[in-house]
Amino acid sequence: MADGGVTDGPDKNDDVERAKCEGKEMTKEEKQRLRKEKKQQKKSKEKKDDAASQESEKGKKSDGKSSPASQPLPKPTTQKAPSAVPAPAPVPMPASEAPAPADKPAKSKAELKAERRARQEADRASKQGSKKGEVGPQASAGKPKAPPSELQPVVKRLPEHMQVDNPDVLKKLAKKLERQQIPLRLDYGYKVSLFSHLHQYSRKAPLTQQLSIPSTVIHPAIVRLGLQYSQGIVAGSNARSVALLHAFKQVISDYTTPPNEELSRDLVNKLKPYISFLNQCRPLSASMGNAIKYIKKEISNIPSQCKEEEAKRKLLNCIECYINEKIILAAKAIAKYSIEKISDGDVILVYGCSSLVNHILCEAFEKAIKFHVIVVDSRPRLEGREALRRLVQRGISCTYVLISAVSYILPEVSKVFLGAHALLANGYVMSRVGTSQIALVAKAFNVPVLVCCETYKFCDRVQTDSFVSNELDDPDDLIVTRKGKTQLEDWQQVDSLGLLNLVYDVTPPDFVDLVITDLGMIPCTSVPVVLRVKNVDQ
Amino acid sequence: MDEEELVEYFKAQMRKNPDMASAVAAIRTLLEFLKRDKGETILGLRENLTWATDCLTGVDSSVAVSSGGELFLRFISLTSLEHQDLSRCKKVMEERGELFLEKISMSRTKVAKLCHTFIKDGTKILTHSYSRVVLRVLEKAAAEKKRFSVYVTESQPDSAGRQMAEALRKLNVPVTVVLDAAVGYVLEKVDLVIIGAEGVVESGGIINKIGTYQMAVCSKAHNKPFYVVAESFKFVRLYPLNQQDVPDKFKYKADTLKTVQNLSEEHPMIDYTPPSLITLLFTDLGVLTPSAVSDELIKLYL
Repeated sequence: MADGGVTDGPDKNDDVERAKCEGKEMTKEEKQRLRKEKKQQKKSKEKKDDAASQESEKGKKSDGKSSPASQPLPKPTTQKAPSAVPAPAPVPMPASEAPAPADKPAKSKAELKAERRARQEADRASKQGSKKGEVGPQASAGKPKAPPSELQPVVKRLPEHMQVDNPDVLKKLAKKLERQQIPLRLDYGYKVSLFSHLHQYSRKAPLTQQLSIPSTVIHPAIVRLGLQYSQGIVAGSNARSVALLHAFKQVISDYTTPPNEELSRDLVNKLKPYISFLNQCRPLSASMGNAIKYIKKEISNIPSQCKEEEAKRKLLNCIECYINEKIILAAKAIAKYSIEKISDGDVILVYGCSSLVNHILCEAFEKAIKFHVIVVDSRPRLEGREALRRLVQRGISCTYVLISAVSYILPEVSKVFLGAHALLANGYVMSRVGTSQIALVAKAFNVPVLVCCETYKFCDRVQTDSFVSNELDDPDDLIVTRKGKTQLEDWQQVDSLGLLNLVYDVTPPDFVDLVITDLGMIPCTSVPVVLRVKNVDQ
Repeated sequence: MDEEELVEYFKAQMRKNPDMASAVAAIRTLLEFLKRDKGETILGLRENLTWATDCLTGVDSSVAVSSGGELFLRFISLTSLEHQDLSRCKKVMEERGELFLEKISMSRTKVAKLCHTFIKDGTKILTHSYSRVVLRVLEKAAAEKKRFSVYVTESQPDSAGRQMAEALRKLNVPVTVVLDAAVGYVLEKVDLVIIGAEGVVESGGIINKIGTYQMAVCSKAHNKPFYVVAESFKFVRLYPLNQQDVPDKFKYKADTLKTVQNLSEEHPMIDYTPPSLITLLFTDLGVLTPSAVSDELIKLYL
């Protein structure tokens, strides 16, 4: 049961309890009451914590006056802002300082021990995903965040999905999901230490199994979409974005504004839990992020005097236009530019299955250009087979190789066409894992590398390596059964063995000769110019 | 104004002022064409101008003529043409045309002013074939009383390099003519390489007389700076990936394109130098790195 078993405190309202157990969405008043209660608990815990941290402060300064048990206490507080926490901790809580010194000697050891025990409980509990101990440590975890953010508002927060090894961040996420009534998906299996800051989920445990039936919090179209994402039924960044936009269209047409609410504000709030849910099923791609930003902007731009029917119609129209302009027409424009670069007798190398590159090759074939295609494929996804199927169906002559043979066939290749998942602001290309390898070998052989990417996939992020932000797929995908024997079946039992299934990698702009976008052909280093021009347009 | 008149006017302009770039002559011709045009609509006017540019590329097939023509058309249309009267619109376009012409006449001087500071006393410069912009730069450096010496390649098949050497001797600059094949031999003595360009492409690379690519590769191997001087009207919306990708209409002289059947037996007159081999480009828009060329192109064309 998704929401059963939540124990908040002794003074919990029965109504709220019932509503949660039934999986119904809580009314506004109930939510406010819940929020107030949590705030009160937080305050009381803060006072206790502060007294304890005052202890640790004075303990540090007086050197060994307080017990060594005070050491583990400053640890979670220093994780966020190491230099700032000890200083501001005394400053914003002058009120609690007065009672603290008075009680300090008597309560210190017992309080610290209780605090430590509570924290250990919480860590263990949050790792198992149980909701019992969450409220306690969340309240205390809330406190260390408050002082640093007051004094350092310009500190950039790293997104949650890149800080999985930080228990504070996990607690914050769990708290947010609980508030939105979405189950938390658990990480699976041993993570290679270099990537331990990323999520790793198992395909055999989809999030939808943890939802109650019927789940009235999340729209069924979104539940279906989440399942399709997590099982890999809908894969590929264009396909995922289009599926997302269609699901949102369904959500918007089924939406009714509650009384005393404005559509522009309420609908955006309704979409937030859906987005968290989809993020839990499979991390959002850059293209999906841009699409969501666009939708949210359109919704908040709806004038308040607009009638609901008209507003909904307008929004559905906007989404249709977006799909049409940014994806379908963009593909046509890119195909037009790319065909200029394909000449008779060319041998073109493609990697994996990019819907855009397949479209370009089919269009070029329609224009009766004679060329030959080499499809390069890699495990475990073997997406190249899908591309091969589509091209051969059209009648294009193809060769199929695995990525290990790429340096063998490259001397015969005249051009390399690659698709992209996203184009980063510093000119790096983020694409399926293996792309940067192919670009590197092509550069060594002086073969021109062309990347085809629509402008809606351009994102403001900057990344120079594939470690910082990536996606870890199900490690069990790497297990293969040959001749009835599965060697890696018990890989979890072996302590020193880890399976790593990366999804993306980044290619530096020196390896890419040309980027073909719907705005034209640009060098890889001009991506920030396009972003600037786009921002001016909007 | 029909085709013959157009071509005559163009040739007359070239004869009158041999120092003028062919693209400037083309733009003057187009301006004259605009003044004499008897079209009734703006769209018709634009089509006529495009046709005129095509005619002129038929006479002189260099990249600069086509790029200059396209930029001219864009510049004059980049204004509000919402007047009721066609003649008023034409007047506005003509004024902008004159402005454009004035700007580009100053461009060589601007480039020379930027570039001559890179030439210090005792510098040995290598250049290729006959380029009027490079000549202007070296004139300016000589006028600033700098002492430098120049190596010029002969640049077959038309031996244009000898023309360059003559012009430099008149400036009292010590000059040596070398064979095209001796570029690698001479590069160790040289401090920097300055080259003109017939066209600057979107990637930041250049299109220039055949032999430039060789010189660029050698100077990269010797770690000598490779500078390109070009006016901004030479920026063209091409993006070649390699030598083969440059369109045939630029590779050969206009007469060759019209008369010869089998182009594979002809030798191309130009080659493409990729941006990775170029250190800096001196243009009237400023001193640019090759990757900044695309930014400027986006500003000029979009």
